[in-house]
Amino acid sequence: MIPTKEEWIKALTERHGKELQKAFSATTVAICGLGGLGSNIAILLARAGVGKLILIDFDRVDITNLHRQQYKADQIGMYKTDALADNLREIAPYIELEAHTERITENNAVKLLQSADIICEAFDKAEAKAMLTDIVLSELPDKYLVAASGMAGLGSANGIKTRRVTKRFYLCGDEVSDVNDGMGLVAPRVALCAAHQAHTVLRIIAKQFEV
Amino acid sequence: MVKVNGTELDVSGKTLAEYLATTSYDMKRIAVERNGNIVPKAQYSETVLQDGDSLEVVSFVGGG
Repeated sequence: MIPTKEEWIKALTERHGKELQKAFSATTVAICGLGGLGSNIAILLARAGVGKLILIDFDRVDITNLHRQQYKADQIGMYKTDALADNLREIAPYIELEAHTERITENNAVKLLQSADIICEAFDKAEAKAMLTDIVLSELPDKYLVAASGMAGLGSANGIKTRRVTKRFYLCGDEVSDVNDGMGLVAPRVALCAAHQAHTVLRIIAKQFEV
Repeated sequence: MVKVNGTELDVSGKTLAEYLATTSYDMKRIAVERNGNIVPKAQYSETVLQDGDSLEVVSFVGGG
């Protein structure tokens, strides 16, 4: 039996307190890229009771994604936006979702992201990460950006950190472990980095800005 | 002197683009912060580094 919306909110409020849960519920977070980082960030924020997620990815679920991304074997071939929306609704049935199955570029980023309060960069390619950082911080100066760099390989879990680069720009990861240098991405270390990002989002909502 | 990623460098008077050209950074993979604000990529060649500036070059690596 799926609980009612009232029961759902009550359970979250008991855990987080009234003020904080109200703030979580009132926040819109955009997640740019729904791979190992983005799919984990989305699930963590949905569980925490964030009110609305904007999910953006152009790609489909592939068998090579399943070792680290939050999709299921029977979702291979689906658009990641559709598959993740299904999974999120199973976990948090009352979350508001807005999905865009398209590639984020310099030309559409502002339009796609302008209704978000906080933006998570969860791309795979370094060039895309740099592009989004440049656009968000220069053209959407009232937003917060939580980006990630360096989470590949079997290096120490303790190497993953969160750093506040500027007032509105946080960077999670070890900043050096490139996906092309070694064995590629491993589920727990990517999930750790995603958890850093999701936790940073919640801390920003709670106005705890220092890392 | 300009502080770049914590190190004092004698690059004041150069544009950001001129300074970056002397480094091994891949222009497509970086974001540059100057005195707390991001410098948009389109402004690298017109941003003149001043004595006392603090610069941070964030160089992204792949994976996600």
